[in-house]
Amino acid sequence: MGRHALWRLIQAAPLLLLISLISFLLLYLIPGDPALVAAGPGASADVVAQVRHNMGLDRPFAVQLGLFYARLLHGDLGRSLVLGQPVAEAILQRAPVTLWISLYSLVLTIILGLAAGIAAAVRHNSWVDQIVSVVALLGVSLPNFWLALVMIVIFSVQLGWFPTGGYVAPTTSLAGWFATATMPAVALALLQIGLLTRITRATMLDVLRQDYIRTARAKGLGEALVVGRHALANTMIPIVTVVGIILSVLLSGSVVIETVFAVPGVGALLGNAILARDYPMIQGGLLFVAATLLLLNVGIDVLYAAFDPRVRLGGDDP
Amino acid sequence: MIPLLRHRSFMLGLVLFAAVALVALAAPFIVDADPARMALRLRFKPPSSEFLFGTDNLGRSMLARVCYGGRLSLAIGLAVVALNAVFGVLIGALAGYVPRLDGALMRLSDALMAFPAVLLAIGIAAALGPTASTAVIALAIVYIPRTARILRASVLVVRRLDFVEAARAIGCGHLRIVARHILPNCLAPLIVQLSFVFAYAVLSEAVLSFLGLGAPPSVPSWGILISEGRGYIREAPWLTVVPGIAIAMTVLGLNLMGDGFRDVLDPRLRVEQI
Repeated sequence: MGRHALWRLIQAAPLLLLISLISFLLLYLIPGDPALVAAGPGASADVVAQVRHNMGLDRPFAVQLGLFYARLLHGDLGRSLVLGQPVAEAILQRAPVTLWISLYSLVLTIILGLAAGIAAAVRHNSWVDQIVSVVALLGVSLPNFWLALVMIVIFSVQLGWFPTGGYVAPTTSLAGWFATATMPAVALALLQIGLLTRITRATMLDVLRQDYIRTARAKGLGEALVVGRHALANTMIPIVTVVGIILSVLLSGSVVIETVFAVPGVGALLGNAILARDYPMIQGGLLFVAATLLLLNVGIDVLYAAFDPRVRLGGDDP
Repeated sequence: MIPLLRHRSFMLGLVLFAAVALVALAAPFIVDADPARMALRLRFKPPSSEFLFGTDNLGRSMLARVCYGGRLSLAIGLAVVALNAVFGVLIGALAGYVPRLDGALMRLSDALMAFPAVLLAIGIAAALGPTASTAVIALAIVYIPRTARILRASVLVVRRLDFVEAARAIGCGHLRIVARHILPNCLAPLIVQLSFVFAYAVLSEAVLSFLGLGAPPSVPSWGILISEGRGYIREAPWLTVVPGIAIAMTVLGLNLMGDGFRDVLDPRLRVEQI
């Protein structure tokens, strides 16, 4: 188990290097002089020169790349042009907000997605199956920021159940956190619930056709036990891998959803950085999210092996 | 073709998508109002028989703006699909057919795919500046590795089949083997993938526009319409609701078509209707 985890981490290292290289090169995609663009229209020559110096653009390419990695190894992602604060510090300050909302959303996704998928598979071709399939397909087809806006109109403006935006930390007030985090978490979850429902349904249908399920039924086990114990265990295996995709969708969705609900998390930080053309923040934010996802996926891989010993025993372990 | 026409959800998807595409294409013939014509005394008219989708903050007809907006959103989606078809196939075929290139190309695609799709598109579009063509480039860069990977997987399977061996034995060149014998047999997964790329591209373009990274605001794409309507969501919710429904219809139609293509063309991937 430990060796498997270590091997996965070693495999992730070159990918991490490439990811950081891509986020470094993003700056060179800017047409013309990045310093001029970052300083904004009408900036004086002195300001542009200062911005160029701050971004390290007045040095040769190789030196810039070397400095980027030297700083990265010290956890330094550069300094935000707008906030005047180190990028890493700004991200870490806001990370708990995004983490709590993402967790809330993930819990909603797993509970509702699994329940709907299992219900649809168990009642295959019934009205339950039809409704679940249609709703799940709608879930993956609706733009989530649009849904967020529609939710604000219905639940905040019309019904007055939730505030239109803002955020209260769970450590300050748990009730306040639920009030402010529920709508963003639901808006983020809807797409993933659709995704998870479709996959759970398909996997469960597959598992329910296998011989050992027939055997379980033949020896007289109740349907609840057959589905809940025997079938669910094998349904979980492909689902664990989907969690990686779900996390990826969650983190990218947070940019728009946090912007819509004015939640002060990493997503909104990135959204504002885009509007302000704060390139070090965009670079650092992207790198942070991609690296976090990569490490989470390594974790999921290890978890996958724990669920399914075939992965751990076979495959490409050294 | 006939199994596709008998596939219920494919046909529903086709109808949904064709309806949206026809309205967008025929916009000048369907709506007589100019999407940019302002009439301040007609501001914020709710949907009525005179203005089917109401009017916006400057008195412009939302029907005209949504119909014309569809042209840009669909054109961007189509351009992303075209770039995916060209470069995804090229890179996928190279990686699948030339083992020496496989490792490098796939590691690069791994790195690009490690970023969440929308987030990488946001990063690229933010660097390139907000125009419709940068949205296309950004979305193409994001989805090409995914298409290439799917094509590579099929090329790896097809290149080991007997008829490819036979073609090689009678002296066909590599280019002929790939273009005439391998690629035609990899079309099914490609078509399935491209229909989903179209759907993702329309959705992601809306996200980019909403964040101010798509087409400039003078040209109404659906994402921009939603973003403009956001400021008036209390007094005029139709400004936001209508373009959102247009996006949902398009993406739902494309997803249903993608499911249908997969069921009929590539039964191995058939997971939905086991």
